[in-house]
Amino acid sequence: MIPAAFDYVRANTLDEALNLLAQNEEAKILAGGHSLIPAMKLRLTQPSLLVDLGRIKDLSYIREENGQIRIGAMTTHYQIESSDLLQNVCPLLPECASHIGDMQVRNKGTIGGSLAHSDPAGDWPAAIIALNAELVAISKSGERTIAANNFFVDLLTTALEPGEILREIRVNKTNGRTGHAYVKMPHPASGFAVVGVAANLSFNGGRECKAASIGVTGVSSKAYRASAVETALTGAELNDSTIDSAAAHATDGIDINGDVFASDEFRRHLAAVYTRRAIAAASERAK
Amino acid sequence: MAKYIGKRIKRTEDPRLIKGLAHYVDDIDLPGTLHVAFVRSMYAHARITGIDTAEAMKAPGVVAVYTGKDIATKIGPVPCAAALPDLKVPDYRVLATDKVLFVGHPIAAVVATDKYTARDAVEYLYPGVYLEELPAVVHVIDGVPTSPVIHEHFGDNIAYKLTSGEGDIDAAMKAADRIVTQKMIHQRLAPIAMEPRGVLARYFPGEEELTVWSSTQIPHLLRTQLALMIGIPENKLRVITPEVGGGFGSKLNVYAEEALLGWISMQLGKPVKWIESRRENMQATIHGRAQVGTVEVGVKNDGTITGLRYNVVADLGAYHQLLTPAIPTLTGLMLSGAYKIPAIQMNVTGVFTNKMSTDAYRGAGRPEATYVVERVMDVIARELNLDPVEVRRKNFPKASEFPFHTATGLDYDSGNYDGALDKALDLSGYQKLREEQKKARDNGKLIGIGLSSYVEICALGPSQAMPAGGWESATVRIEPTGKVTILTGTSPHGQGQETSFAQIAADELGVDLNDVTVIHGDTGVVQYGIGTFGSRATAVGGTAVLIAIQKLKEKAAKIAAHMMQCDASRLSFEAGCYTREEAAAAAATGKSEPVVPVGEAPGGALNEVPTPTNGRTKLTIQEIALAAHIAKEIPPDTEPGLSATYFFEPKNFTFPFGTHICVVEIDKDTGETKIIKYVAVDDCGKVINPLLVDGQVHGGIVQSIGQALYEEVIYDDQGQLVTGELMDYAVPKAAQIPWFETDRTETPSPVNPLGVKGVGEAGTIGATPAIVNAVVDALAPYGVKHLDMPMRPEKIWKIIHA
Repeated sequence: MIPAAFDYVRANTLDEALNLLAQNEEAKILAGGHSLIPAMKLRLTQPSLLVDLGRIKDLSYIREENGQIRIGAMTTHYQIESSDLLQNVCPLLPECASHIGDMQVRNKGTIGGSLAHSDPAGDWPAAIIALNAELVAISKSGERTIAANNFFVDLLTTALEPGEILREIRVNKTNGRTGHAYVKMPHPASGFAVVGVAANLSFNGGRECKAASIGVTGVSSKAYRASAVETALTGAELNDSTIDSAAAHATDGIDINGDVFASDEFRRHLAAVYTRRAIAAASERAK
Repeated sequence: MAKYIGKRIKRTEDPRLIKGLAHYVDDIDLPGTLHVAFVRSMYAHARITGIDTAEAMKAPGVVAVYTGKDIATKIGPVPCAAALPDLKVPDYRVLATDKVLFVGHPIAAVVATDKYTARDAVEYLYPGVYLEELPAVVHVIDGVPTSPVIHEHFGDNIAYKLTSGEGDIDAAMKAADRIVTQKMIHQRLAPIAMEPRGVLARYFPGEEELTVWSSTQIPHLLRTQLALMIGIPENKLRVITPEVGGGFGSKLNVYAEEALLGWISMQLGKPVKWIESRRENMQATIHGRAQVGTVEVGVKNDGTITGLRYNVVADLGAYHQLLTPAIPTLTGLMLSGAYKIPAIQMNVTGVFTNKMSTDAYRGAGRPEATYVVERVMDVIARELNLDPVEVRRKNFPKASEFPFHTATGLDYDSGNYDGALDKALDLSGYQKLREEQKKARDNGKLIGIGLSSYVEICALGPSQAMPAGGWESATVRIEPTGKVTILTGTSPHGQGQETSFAQIAADELGVDLNDVTVIHGDTGVVQYGIGTFGSRATAVGGTAVLIAIQKLKEKAAKIAAHMMQCDASRLSFEAGCYTREEAAAAAATGKSEPVVPVGEAPGGALNEVPTPTNGRTKLTIQEIALAAHIAKEIPPDTEPGLSATYFFEPKNFTFPFGTHICVVEIDKDTGETKIIKYVAVDDCGKVINPLLVDGQVHGGIVQSIGQALYEEVIYDDQGQLVTGELMDYAVPKAAQIPWFETDRTETPSPVNPLGVKGVGEAGTIGATPAIVNAVVDALAPYGVKHLDMPMRPEKIWKIIHA
């Protein structure tokens, strides 16, 4: 449990961090460290330099701007979980945060660190996909915005280019008749999602689903959007039977992971069950 | 008298632990300490074809590299204390010599100036370790694996075969109306003490003295074994166990690393330290359980049991650690459970596999027995369409039948099994639970109720039945200032005996609890002792404390009588004071005794030295302690000082018991099990500190929940350890634990004067079957009769969706 030798720099500004990243291909960003440090202790990863973003003040915030919610990448899970603003305008985020690790982890780990790590069983990716979030990446050559659905590329791989830092997460405020939910079966040892499903639904009148956005984590090598479920829900009158048949598409076209805790066959089943539960809960909350 | 015994007194150990002020091995810093790291096998079975240490030796900061070939003849083998007929004992060297036999098997030790350099040097050494992988022996589920043979010279993989039990088993089976048979798997578990193992060794070449700090449960036994392994005189070796962060049996052992560190320190003349990582802890600290067996029970149609046979294969791992082969024999001892069974037979085959050794893990062989018996009681109830309560009660010995002899050769000391069962039924509202269950089933819900009426064997034990002494020692001293020091041969590592032994002493001596200090775990300070395991510390070690105090008081009374110039028989002792009885009586009646003026000797006693206490009729034991040390006014035939030592040899084990009831609900969609009610009624005899007993019961149930629902050490077909981290191996966390309702009955043990039985392992013995019985009961609508642990959701889902 002793990592290989590495250098450490506490960056004071984003520019300083970007410069260090540009100068050192083997550098890694430290953004809470709850995945990176354990991996380093097991020598699964051996970065030569850690660039700590922890003291950069303007990376930790939750605010409303131009009708959007903007969350700094270094905002901790706990700050999101306890945000009154988010509770009012985007309750899926606090709900998702409450499922992450334990109190100690939530006080230290950050949303940006978690997203950029792209753990296939992390909680945030499901919620971020369901909210159609935009992720703002910054490098020395400027900023660009990446849609959540395009951000997660593969196991522990994101659309971030070398030299880029995830700076901000943007989500739209919910308005109209909407309902959110994040439900999860945690692995009994790690607490990570065996299956985690985030649902973001909006309704016309009555129970007719106007739009549905479903993010799924834990099932495959990366979090994904359950498009077939969304299609089945959109325009449908939501009841037990329509929800059930829509949820059955949770893993359409997806390569499913299996392990000693849950085989791929069982995970396929769980994905459908938890998708149904997420939709039912979101639908109930929209009433 | 009992000001402290029986009271819920908070652990005096806790403030230092909570504040982070306690000292574990890793908290001890000695100047100039070198650090050790191990190269361990990544294969389950491989031949070592060469080790090239040149690259590692070149690294700056590396002081030494030792391989098995270097030291094979210099350090004795890792010891096995179990003595069984025809037992095959492999030569277990502290570093592998020709072959590696399990993942994590140490191959080489690297010594460096700091722990980081040592760890890096392991990476440099790996490429120089040449291994030729061999097929591995991993699974015993389908019987004894015949090929390959792990220890070639033994000819096969069978370490031993043993048959135990009494009574005519064949006749007993013939007398039955039917035979109920069930195969059961006790999965391999990892004990997971919160503090992994750790060793610090310091050799003084001038004094030729070696001190070994180790996170162990048995400092004295370790000292003896290390002295033999390393070849240092035992009186030049001191073992210190500082704070120990849990053991659960995993530190009731003598490990290769402990000897190796001591030996390296002697080679280099410097302190050396090794702290086990969690990954090493999963790989190379003993595992527990790992039995696959089939139980056959002969029963009459009314539920009366006529006989029980258990044929079992025990997965021992590659080598024998201290008690490895003996653990399944404890299973054999406890196969009568809480029942009258006229004939019992266990046939055990101990098998070598390419895995870490199994050994004592909380319960150590008894949870397996209790599980077999309590599980099969439910299978019987199902087959005979009887309530599980009824089957149990039918076969209980009555309270009047104790001491009760079992067909496993034991004599249960005392018990009232109906009493504990009744209390648990009452507390849980059993009848109402059954009604609710029926209603829930009608509504398509899966509710299960499980119970377990267990008996365990504690207070290990009479020396005749133990490999290396079963007694325990205590020294009690009252210091000149009146403070009481207790030296116990037990080695508490979470049990709280610094508190409970102080309670015993404070009550017996009539002093304040805060005046008592309990010292343990330092062979340089404490007289020889056996240690803490087998739920023995209070029943055996606590009794030693009590009797040592009684011895001390005999002497104190003698001194008191001398000081108060009366016969010892005229003294009374209460609340820490010796009082001259007729003085008290006289005071009560208004008469006064003739008082001898201070400084004036009474007639006819010219030789007696006049003393300031002459004339006093009341003295505290603490005042007497001072007088005993000043030694001016003690009787002429009396040794100065005030201390006593006692080695207590128990005449029997003790047999705590109880009934646990668990209610679960199963999520039909996902197969997840939720415990919705848990009731535990335990009887551990007299209770010294109810808080400590509650803590033991709670912790034990938690570990049972772990075994029943979550935990399993998994090796794959190649012998790779799949569950090598706490990310994969699920120890239950607080959020996964339900509320426990606990209560007790109290049936004192006649085996010791305290009447205590022991409670350290009750939870892991009693709770597991209750939880599994509840899950199986919940699945009864699907025709499920048995399901092997752990109750992973997928297993249950497959049944529901078959």
